Amino acid sequence: MSYLAIDGLSAAYGRQPVLTDVTLGVEKGEVVSLIGPSGSGKSTLLRVLVGLLAPAAGSVAIGGEQVDYRDRRSLRAARDRFAIVFQQYNLFQNMTALRNVTIAPTIVKKRTQTEVEAEARALLVKVGLGEKFTSYPDELSGGQQQRVAIARALALRPDILLLDEITSALDPELVNEVLDTIRLLAQDGMTMIIVSHEMAFVREVASKVVFMDQGRIIETGPPARIFDAPETPRLKEFTAKILRHR
Amino acid sequence: MWSTLRDEAPRFFGYYNLLFIGEAFLHTLALSYLGALLGFVIGFALALFRHPRLFPILPLRLFAIAYVEVFRRIPFLVKLMCVFFAFQIAGWRGSMFTVALTTVVLSAAAFAAEIVRGGFDAVHRAQWDAAEAMNMGRADTLWRVVLPQSWPVILPPAFGYTIGFVKSTSIASQIGVLELTYVAKVLNTRGFSALICFGTILLLYFAICWPTKLLGERIERRLTTRVRPVAEPMMA
Repeated sequence: MSYLAIDGLSAAYGRQPVLTDVTLGVEKGEVVSLIGPSGSGKSTLLRVLVGLLAPAAGSVAIGGEQVDYRDRRSLRAARDRFAIVFQQYNLFQNMTALRNVTIAPTIVKKRTQTEVEAEARALLVKVGLGEKFTSYPDELSGGQQQRVAIARALALRPDILLLDEITSALDPELVNEVLDTIRLLAQDGMTMIIVSHEMAFVREVASKVVFMDQGRIIETGPPARIFDAPETPRLKEFTAKILRHR
Repeated sequence: MWSTLRDEAPRFFGYYNLLFIGEAFLHTLALSYLGALLGFVIGFALALFRHPRLFPILPLRLFAIAYVEVFRRIPFLVKLMCVFFAFQIAGWRGSMFTVALTTVVLSAAAFAAEIVRGGFDAVHRAQWDAAEAMNMGRADTLWRVVLPQSWPVILPPAFGYTIGFVKSTSIASQIGVLELTYVAKVLNTRGFSALICFGTILLLYFAICWPTKLLGERIERRLTTRVRPVAEPMMA
């Protein structure tokens, strides 16, 4: 059984199905990238994993432990193991960069302020923001904000990091500074599920690529095979379009 | 005009009249401030009940919506009469002041609920999502993330409405509550000129409303000023 085992997962917004029978395994230290057209269910899958959308069917297990999304304790335990970085509007606007990173570890995990703060400073330095501890989100560029968000997620010491199109809202010249941070994490062996439209980056950093369309997983494989030798017609069409745009 | 005022003033501002006006002033002050404050507390609770993430309980939500929609649409005088007769039917022997205060509270709650809801709605949904995904509880999310961002949206209209309620309390004179407008009417019928009677309470209303506005601005500054901790150099 995989470290993160998603089996037959389905979810819906009202009566509109958004995920259908998704089965996926992620090993420890693996970087899995979800690709596919807009509305294919990639972000929804991450939202279901962290319990922001209740699954309608299927199961999720982390490290062999089943997650019961209807049970508060089980959900809390699952959220303790995941950390998610959203596309945008993610940082708490009323807090400094440092406070954004320290708030959950101190309030939720009840760790001591001094210990958490030292770690938060180190994390912010690691993502290249050693000068910005006391800046508020609206005083930072989009790329800097996303790096604070990554530091905030790391401060939770997650087992699995979920990244939801974290470069989509950024100016092109800011994309690289965020991707560099992710490269570092991948080198450190962080388990990650990355939703991204940066195909060159996906190819470079992912150990497994999952192609989704209309809420279903269409094809899964190593990056080279997915991009160079797609098997399904839908993925062929998708990669052809990407290549044409490149 | 000035000579009339000069002639009337010593008698008008006599000891017993001042006592009468002073009591009315305090009543107006209590009606508006206490009413707005209690109303805000209840309205705040209604806004919480109405929020699907804070209280996902349908009956509470429907009650909050119905309350707000009904009470915001009834004129103050009609509400005052309804409360008055409701007290009578229920057999409560509350004073007219209590009737008026209850009306202000019920009204203020409905308006406050909408203002607070607007403040919550001004905070992007992703802020709630981020907090929830980090296992932050509802109270922590509300208190530490949402409210600090909502105050700038909530406070200006809240104090605007409070000033509105100071003015609305004058309607309570219709049921004989001893407040500023009532006093002006009484003194006017006792033979003092309308100029001195209503001119005096005009100044007194202003004396309540103007500091209220200043207080609002002060609280707003206090709650929305960014606290910037002193940057400590990173130890190598």
